[in-house]
Amino acid sequence: MSKDKTQKTVQTTGHAWDGDLQEFNNPLPTWWLWAFYATVVFAIIYWILYPTLPIGDTYTKGAFNDITYTTEDGKTETTHWNTRALFEKEMQEAREAQAKYVEQLSQASYQEIQSDPEQSGFAFSMAKVLFADNCAACHQTGGNGVIGMYPNLIDDAWLWGGSFEQIEQTIREGRQGNMPGFKGQLSSQQTGDVSAYVLSLSGHDMAEDEISRGEQIFAANCAVCHGEDAKGKTMMGSANLIDSIWTIVNIPAAGSLEQKKSAVMQLVRNGKSRHMPAWKARLSDTEIKILTYYVHEMGGGK
Amino acid sequence: MTQTAYQSRIPIYPRSVKGRFRTIKYAVLTLAYGVYFLLPWLRWARENAPDQAVLFDLAGRHFYLFDLVVYAQDIFWLAGVLIIFALLMFFVTGVAGRVFCGYFCFQTLWTDVYILIERLVQGERNARIKLADAPWSKTKFFKLGMTHVLWLAMAFVTGLTFVLYWGNAPQLVLDFFRGEAPFAAYATTLFLTATTYVMAGLAREQVCTYMCPYARFQGVMFDRDTLIVAYDEQRGEREQGRHKPSKDYMAREARIADKVGDCIDCGYCVQVCPVGIDIRNGLQYQCISCALCIDACDTIMDSIGYPRGLIRYTSQKALEGEKSNPFNLKNLGYALALIAAVGLLTWAISHRDKVELSVAQFRQPMSVTLSDGRIQNRYEIKINNKTSESIRYRISIGGLPQAELDLGGNEEVTVSPEHSLKLMAKVNRRPEIAEQERQSFEFVIRQINSEQPLTTRRTTVFYTPLTR
Repeated sequence: MSKDKTQKTVQTTGHAWDGDLQEFNNPLPTWWLWAFYATVVFAIIYWILYPTLPIGDTYTKGAFNDITYTTEDGKTETTHWNTRALFEKEMQEAREAQAKYVEQLSQASYQEIQSDPEQSGFAFSMAKVLFADNCAACHQTGGNGVIGMYPNLIDDAWLWGGSFEQIEQTIREGRQGNMPGFKGQLSSQQTGDVSAYVLSLSGHDMAEDEISRGEQIFAANCAVCHGEDAKGKTMMGSANLIDSIWTIVNIPAAGSLEQKKSAVMQLVRNGKSRHMPAWKARLSDTEIKILTYYVHEMGGGK
Repeated sequence: MTQTAYQSRIPIYPRSVKGRFRTIKYAVLTLAYGVYFLLPWLRWARENAPDQAVLFDLAGRHFYLFDLVVYAQDIFWLAGVLIIFALLMFFVTGVAGRVFCGYFCFQTLWTDVYILIERLVQGERNARIKLADAPWSKTKFFKLGMTHVLWLAMAFVTGLTFVLYWGNAPQLVLDFFRGEAPFAAYATTLFLTATTYVMAGLAREQVCTYMCPYARFQGVMFDRDTLIVAYDEQRGEREQGRHKPSKDYMAREARIADKVGDCIDCGYCVQVCPVGIDIRNGLQYQCISCALCIDACDTIMDSIGYPRGLIRYTSQKALEGEKSNPFNLKNLGYALALIAAVGLLTWAISHRDKVELSVAQFRQPMSVTLSDGRIQNRYEIKINNKTSESIRYRISIGGLPQAELDLGGNEEVTVSPEHSLKLMAKVNRRPEIAEQERQSFEFVIRQINSEQPLTTRRTTVFYTPLTR
């Protein structure tokens, strides 16, 4: 009896062809059949809960499965289940998870952030992303800039000042840098002399007569912006000409002294105008603060 | 014409048995259950984590094993442990066959307990068969229902215990029943309850025969020296085969004289087998080497006064009368590899650094020129304090003459226990003294609040562009 229960006899359809050719009637294994029914039930539940069927130019939205999230602007939205809303919800949760640290940062002073490794660590992680999104396009991923185009942020020279307040001002309001061209005012000879003088300021070995003539031209034309001592003025973003850093003319890359001189002459003749856009409309106060801290730290700010 | 298209499972009602191997199995079962169910409750004083001896703190990325704290970066140890387990399995299987299956496998242990529950509620083998064949009645409903309720309870306790290893056990149990535990705790408990119930209660030996890959490849680890549970066919059958102990064939001498085997065909060895095979048919892949049939046969042999060992642990060679030694060259090789692996892992664990220091150079850009002409390189230093005490470190550099280290006032830092700290370091140097573009030097951190100041060094490179 127990054998009957466990070992079913094979059934045939009852026909026999060519004497012994029979068609078996083999039922599917029970567990297999139940698994199949389970998938059917699953599909029906899925149809009810999730967006599924296209109907004309719309589709079924799914029931009992709405997603509510708050956008960055503080608006609360409720919509049927979809991956975009799911993403928004996750973003909202991430913002909430960060809120504590962000709040702490927005309250803290720069000096407080600096002295707390945990806060400065968080600021760094966040700033890396902000920098990559907003600044790296010009200043490069590592902040090294492009000579002649965008300032290097990791050296210790600051055209517009390297204190927290000055960096914050730069990011918030933007900067407009302008070196006028002296094509009309100075002759070719004079341009050469003043270029030689400028190069001599940073230790380049130029001809004595050029230097002494150039010094006078400099005092008359350039000292207004670059200062009597040629150290530049952070008020107007004029460059310090006596240090080794060149932000517009790539002096270290130029080969001979002659080439260096002609590169400087080029700039004196044509001038240079550079523009750093204002970010106050694009970034929040806290974001600007975090970026300021980051830029200050990466460049050894003042 | 009767043929079977496919065979349904033939239910197995293993009979209980007493004997040497059953005792060993109960001992292993008690030990394994004792460890599994009690370990999460063992307390161990800790400063920075729950006082739990064995705790797998996924959120904090720390695994606590008594006094050993395992960090995420120690994941290589896991490879070592897995290699050791694999070698151990090769060795044990080469020497003693499938004993892991018979004595230590979770499937065997839990199935054993489930069969025990079954026997407790429904009675011995005969009673269980009778009950299964009986028509539905109140008693049958109660007994089967009770069995399943107890099975489920056992499965639940098993699942919940597993979860306790991943959190502070007493707190987690409270949270669990208050409905405040993390979702993962409920999901894992539910999953393990379901799988334990299905695997140990319903699937049982089918797991060993159809699902377990080990059953399939153990054959390649066997050789003719390997110990197996085997029926001594020569003695059991002789020339005339088995014979019931009728009055002519009670005494062993009469059997030997008439060339009748010692096997009295009582079937006890088949009835006690948890995988439902007849060991007298020879070595079979289903056999999990649990040796309950040896206990059964020995019991019978003792009762009729025949010598034991008709079914015994022996090897294919020994059965055929050859000299057999399970510790042959192959198995000794496994043993050697095993000892080497255990040694290496032990060495790695005992010699790990108490502090981890990593220095990565910023390469975007490699270097930058400062206003006074010096070259600056930047580095990210990561200090990971693996001890349970706060350590104060002093950071300096060595091997780079006339260079200055700028840590922005963080030349001395304190790292909390089991925490890590990231620092940005700037190193400045005049380019004129650089002899080569890339010069190796090292960062040195020295513990300054310790009685035995530990110094850790990491070598890195200072880059000076020499293209001017």
